[in-house]
Amino acid sequence: MKMEPITATPLLRVDNLTKRYGSRIGCADVSFDLWPGEVLGIVGESGSGKSTLLSCLAGHLTPDEGQVIFDTAGGPRDVLRMTEPERRRLSRTDWAFVHQNPRDGLRMGVTAGGNVGERLMAVGARHYGDIRDRATDWLGRVEIAAERIDDRPTAFSGGMQQRLQIARNLVTGPRLVFMDEPTGGLDVSVQARLLDLLRGLVREMGLSAIIVTHDLAVVRLLADRLMVMKSGRVVEQGLTDQVLDDPQHPYTQLLVSSVLQV
Amino acid sequence: MTDQSYNFAYLDEQTKRMIRRAILKGIAVPGYQVPFASREMPMPYGWGTGGVQVTAACLTPEDRLKVIDQGADDTTNAVSIRKFFQRTAGVATTEATAEATLIQTRHRIPEHPLTEDQILVYQVPIPEPLRFLEPRETETRKMHSLEEYGLMHVKLYEDIARHGSIATSYAYPVKVEGRYVMDPSPIPKFDNPKLGDCPALQLFGAGREQRIYALPPHTQVVSLDFDDHPFQATKAPHDCDLCGASESYLDEVIVDDAGNRMFVCSDTDFCRSRREAGHAGRLTMQEAAE
Amino acid sequence: MIRVSNLSKTFTLHNQGAAAIPVMEGATLTVASGECVGLTGASGAGKSTLMRMIWGNYLAASGSIKVGDTDVATAEPRQIIALRRATLGYVSQFLRVVPRVPTLDVVAEPLRVLGAPADEARSHAATLLTRLNIPERLWSLSPTTFSGGEQQRVNIARGFAHPYPALLLDEPTASLDAANRETVLALIEEAKGRGAAILGIFHDEGARARVCDRLVDVTAFTPKAVA
Repeated sequence: MKMEPITATPLLRVDNLTKRYGSRIGCADVSFDLWPGEVLGIVGESGSGKSTLLSCLAGHLTPDEGQVIFDTAGGPRDVLRMTEPERRRLSRTDWAFVHQNPRDGLRMGVTAGGNVGERLMAVGARHYGDIRDRATDWLGRVEIAAERIDDRPTAFSGGMQQRLQIARNLVTGPRLVFMDEPTGGLDVSVQARLLDLLRGLVREMGLSAIIVTHDLAVVRLLADRLMVMKSGRVVEQGLTDQVLDDPQHPYTQLLVSSVLQV
Repeated sequence: MTDQSYNFAYLDEQTKRMIRRAILKGIAVPGYQVPFASREMPMPYGWGTGGVQVTAACLTPEDRLKVIDQGADDTTNAVSIRKFFQRTAGVATTEATAEATLIQTRHRIPEHPLTEDQILVYQVPIPEPLRFLEPRETETRKMHSLEEYGLMHVKLYEDIARHGSIATSYAYPVKVEGRYVMDPSPIPKFDNPKLGDCPALQLFGAGREQRIYALPPHTQVVSLDFDDHPFQATKAPHDCDLCGASESYLDEVIVDDAGNRMFVCSDTDFCRSRREAGHAGRLTMQEAAE
Repeated sequence: MIRVSNLSKTFTLHNQGAAAIPVMEGATLTVASGECVGLTGASGAGKSTLMRMIWGNYLAASGSIKVGDTDVATAEPRQIIALRRATLGYVSQFLRVVPRVPTLDVVAEPLRVLGAPADEARSHAATLLTRLNIPERLWSLSPTTFSGGEQQRVNIARGFAHPYPALLLDEPTASLDAANRETVLALIEEAKGRGAAILGIFHDEGARARVCDRLVDVTAFTPKAVA
């Protein structure tokens, strides 16, 4: 049995990340390390800065201060100081982003196969048969029947669209996946299926993931570690079950006690 | 004879200089779309306003102009543009490819090989090849500048997925000198191989979209494809019914209500000169026999 | 294998006037490899609290909790994650799983996270489920739909899937019939036999007498102020 080695370099090291909207704080002084194979959950209520933080990490927003150091193939690099081509390359190779709304992450006018194949073609795949085989394989892994490969996402249910978005993102074997409320807007039973799928993929591919959600049940099942945000700041972080079972900060205690027990 | 109320070739000198600067920039960066301040022309968009402005900026009084529309010299579009320059520039015109110094074309490259003394000006409706899948101009500009062309293959992938082969038969995207992906205007993909290593200067003008781009002589132009679905320059599997040519691009013409059809060269000058040289096709031989 | 020294714990309830409630003080115990230690004490004396502190989901206020070479009281989250994967197992009273996942995969999961091939992990899971009398027709269903006793047995199978060197057992024989109770006790004896250090809470006195080598009364760790 192979053991997950405890590596000396974090995959992502975030240092004092701050984003202001004028005089308002989007997120402030956020620092954390993410280690290979770890899933980090970020929770907090609407407006707590969790989505701003995710956007800053993923390069969709430019933070005002701080560093986001990613352990690239060529060693740790501050993503914020990369050139735009480098950052864009990163976002289609080592990184992936799963949007809450699949419409933001899919090309709705392109077939399922084309959606999955795009990242392959973006990194130079030029053999139609191979691209199609890999797309078929990935549709299978996200439980979409192979015969739907030539259908457009508009013909898919919400849950299928979200699974297609995941396949499209993971086909190039990224090392870090950002997810913004990946189970939001889905029926409870569909959510469960997606959670199971994500857990399996994270385990099999050794993925690291940062998941923003307001759903504590989702993070309990998916995240190894948890970060709680309030008013743009991290008020508490630690092992997921420790933060949920023995919250230390007044806000976390309130948050945890507000959840209906199922 | 020039109509004295117009400046030479209609446009004022400053405008022509502005267009020439855009053309020179386009030649310096083959395949790159250069923005230019397209002028209102006395014809509607879609009738070749981009090509006309490029032609106007390139014409000299000594030039001999040929204008074709889908290969033909005698369609409304070709005739009106030819007349426009006869009137505003007083230049000589011709229908013979070999005799022309400047050819403005819509949707074809002449069959007769071009020479380094010639300029071919294309009318372009949509210069942006990536627009099919990415409607944001800011994003497509960025994709060009960063050479992110995976999306172009998504378009071809979709073609094969839907039709079993790359069904794009015109405006087939090409890569220029291994750098810019370019829309060759809606020429049939049959003409794509002629784009590369062409001795003539090729200029592309999009009036509504305000873009000019260029292929300098002997530029490398490669049609995009997949390893297992290579590019093929296809044409109708027939010979020309009028001149018998087997290697020219053909138009299919329905000739009666019974659905009978004939295939004729789309390049009217090429077809005529072959017939004048004594070549005959299926129909001309029938006529001769009757 | 498990070495707890001078451990204390205080809950601060910020939403109830920041009331600070000391619940444990000076807790000290050791569990050697191959040994099973039972925690005793009245309900509310802190047995489960101590177990959770060793598991790491309750934070220690002071003291140390060594499991192998890791001090859970001060370790980084990722060190505790690694500890839980390979070294420390926990059979709690509650089964917490992703809904919809088949029972067989739930039980195989601890082996899968350690990199075992799916077939191997599943076949081992099948053996355990068979021993615990979970009918094979249920293996493809999610245990969330099972009865309390069945869920408890799935939880036990999952806890024993990987031969952890250290195990925490919270009432493993509660709500089990005689035959299944016997199986669980046998599993505990086998774990001891292969050298696992086991700390458990057993209300079942017969079970306690049979598997426990020593008992530790947590009442001794109850803060004087509260006691």
